[in-house]
Amino acid sequence: MPTPAPLIEMRGITKSFGAVKANEAVDLSVAPGEILGLLGENGAGKTTLMNVLFGAYAPDAGEILIQGQPVRITSSADALAAGIGMVHQHFHLAPRLTVLENLLIGIPGKSGRIDRAGGLARLAEIGRQHGLTLDPDLPVSTLSVGEQQRLEIVKALFRGAKLLILDEPTAVLAPSEVDGLFSALRSMAAQGLGIIFISHKLNEVRALTHRCTVLRHGRVAGRVDDPANTTSAAMAQLMCGHEIVPPARGPSTPGEAVLTLDAISTSTHSGTALRDVSLAVRSGEILGIAGVSGNGQRALAEVISGVRAPDAGRMTIAGQTVSRFSPREVQALGLGRIPEDRMTTGLVTNLPLADSMVLPRIGTAAFSSKGLLKPDAIRTFAEEQIKAYDIRCPGPMTRAGALSGGNLQKALLARELAFDPKVLIVSQPTRGLDIGAARFIHEKFLDMRAKGCGIIVIGEDLEELLVLCDRIAVMYEGRIAGTLDSADATIARLGLLMTGAEGHG
Amino acid sequence: MFRLEVRNSTPTWFNLALPLVAIAATLVLCSGLIALAGAGVLESYGVMFTASLGDSYAITETLVRAAPMIFTGLAVAVAFRAKFWNIGAEGQLLAGAVASCFVGAIPMPGALAMLLMAIVGAAAGAAVALVPATLRVKFKVDDVVSSLLLNSVIYYALMALIEGPWKDSFSGYPISPPIEDSANFPVLVEGTRLHLGVIVALIAAPLIWFLIARTTLGFRIRVTGENPEAARYGGIPVERVLLSTALMSGALAGLAGVGEVGGVHFQVMSDISPGYGYSGIVVAMLARLNPLGVVPAAIFLAAVMTGAEAMSRATGVPAFLSDVIQGTALLAMLVALLFTAYRIRRVGAAR
Repeated sequence: MPTPAPLIEMRGITKSFGAVKANEAVDLSVAPGEILGLLGENGAGKTTLMNVLFGAYAPDAGEILIQGQPVRITSSADALAAGIGMVHQHFHLAPRLTVLENLLIGIPGKSGRIDRAGGLARLAEIGRQHGLTLDPDLPVSTLSVGEQQRLEIVKALFRGAKLLILDEPTAVLAPSEVDGLFSALRSMAAQGLGIIFISHKLNEVRALTHRCTVLRHGRVAGRVDDPANTTSAAMAQLMCGHEIVPPARGPSTPGEAVLTLDAISTSTHSGTALRDVSLAVRSGEILGIAGVSGNGQRALAEVISGVRAPDAGRMTIAGQTVSRFSPREVQALGLGRIPEDRMTTGLVTNLPLADSMVLPRIGTAAFSSKGLLKPDAIRTFAEEQIKAYDIRCPGPMTRAGALSGGNLQKALLARELAFDPKVLIVSQPTRGLDIGAARFIHEKFLDMRAKGCGIIVIGEDLEELLVLCDRIAVMYEGRIAGTLDSADATIARLGLLMTGAEGHG
Repeated sequence: MFRLEVRNSTPTWFNLALPLVAIAATLVLCSGLIALAGAGVLESYGVMFTASLGDSYAITETLVRAAPMIFTGLAVAVAFRAKFWNIGAEGQLLAGAVASCFVGAIPMPGALAMLLMAIVGAAAGAAVALVPATLRVKFKVDDVVSSLLLNSVIYYALMALIEGPWKDSFSGYPISPPIEDSANFPVLVEGTRLHLGVIVALIAAPLIWFLIARTTLGFRIRVTGENPEAARYGGIPVERVLLSTALMSGALAGLAGVGEVGGVHFQVMSDISPGYGYSGIVVAMLARLNPLGVVPAAIFLAAVMTGAEAMSRATGVPAFLSDVIQGTALLAMLVALLFTAYRIRRVGAAR
């Protein structure tokens, strides 16, 4: 496409944290009407660069120009005034306020009163222009994740953003919602907005963006001028600096069932209930659970993890019936668990990494005796795992929260695999991870499969499930809508089951 | 122009320096009040220091005053580690005092009386702390509010006791009958008030540190406090940990009351605690919830309290200054804690 004068230009941005250069001499520009993909592995400096642009960090060197004029952005208020809007991965909304109230936060009304009519008109206009409709009077807490994201985008447009930055916007969306987001983004670009789209998912980047800038180790590793006609492999190579080969899943020889669910049902107390769910995972097998999020996957994971007792049905682990449904009981029977949300249900971000790594097994003889901790054993264990899994951190006493997502995921993996689980339950194992880290995680699962572990992977990324799993079960409205051998499964067939169309088991 | 920027890591020396900086800032801020009262700042602080730490007798007096705050400071530190927001150490202290006084008034061999006083006093404090903890675990009642309000309930129950059925018939004052002489805690240094309870307090601090840092219960308390969801998924019985923490916290606060009855006042009166329970919060925050830090923090506050009285006599500055210093120290520490997570960065002036 023709390149008009850039809407925004970053020149020679350098930002260091102590000895680490998070950004070094990075140049980046976005033209009006252009969607720029910003690619890079975790820790490549994408977030830092965007934080500089949005005023959260002051750069050590370099300048930012908006429509050719150098500007100084020292706070998010400056950025908003300069026409830059950002949709973070974690939304910044007030859940108890309504959609309209959230939009009007920080916008001065007339003589101290809120300009409700003006706000409504503006919201309706934005809705018409880009197909981003929202009910103005609903409290934000009742919105789905996709709707909250839409509100964040509308919020930016509401404030007159000319440039919109989206940090991994599709990570929280169901596949069907991604299409809606993309058509809205295309419509905005068609009307002259500039968009920076940060993502790990190369197929999305190829489908959406006009141009890409790839970062590696804080520097610009390359630019892609025609993403639609560039292969994912070529882009991945730019990001990692070397070629990435998808892991090969050899044939498996499944053994005995290591996890069975027999007619499990739960109450509707929170979220979608399970209705008469039966499934089995055999040793040496990876079973995928596909489905649009909110169809009972959460309840399934909670029952298997022992944090929620079902109302009816029976569950066995390694042949033993689970009776009390406590996390301790299922762990003792041989279940390992890698949670969907590393930060909230997996790790303790404010404590040393070593503490998180021994958390589920702190009461066992390996790490304590007679109620006393064995600090040396804990430390040694953590050090060994850090080495074995190449977890990048200064040491086992580092605050867990200081680690990047990929390293945290490795730490969780290490903690579960160190004790040879018979069954492993995993949710969204590579969400938010870069290609290299995702590849590493996949290899570990395949290793465990070869060792005879039964693995159950709950995921929304169908391509990932197809690469990884031997069989894929699809959940729809709390039931298993159908199970396919991955040899017979295609995205189309899985998609059909995911929407509730009749399937064949 | 300055702004706050998120820190990626906190240097270790920072953790030690912060309370000292907070204390220094407090003394600087409060010097304005001394000047307003018309006294010399350095002279007043000088009197405060001499009177509280200047000679061995002064030091024993400061330690006697520090003992209850070591206990309440430990009580708060343990509770806050688990994010059980126990603001009720004051009430738990009073309950411990009443219960131990009751036991101490029963004639029996001295050693047995002291032991029973400690046990019953600790149990009374624990029972009181169990109320807000149970309400939180079972009904999600806010523990800050319930533990705080319970302080008044217990205070006025105590007043009702000593104004009514428990009134000392001998003196006629609203004070409880004294405990048996044999139940008075032994004094360790002749001619001072340095009693057995002070030593127990000083020993309790490292014991509680060991419990938090080196036992599985301590591990569970820390993890529950920092991330109850991860703790639950990790197989830790979060509710039970919170209740155990409350029992321990209440027992420690109860022991503060036991020490005051057995070692200082030998009976219960309405002003047996000049807010030691609330001071415990300041102590725990200054100590950054580290049980070992509780000892110096409590001694600092105790020195301020003892010193302020002497300063008041010598320079005419009202002794209330000690309360101001306490409050300011808490605020200064809370501000200082901000710098463990953020750093100040200078940003060039806007164009």
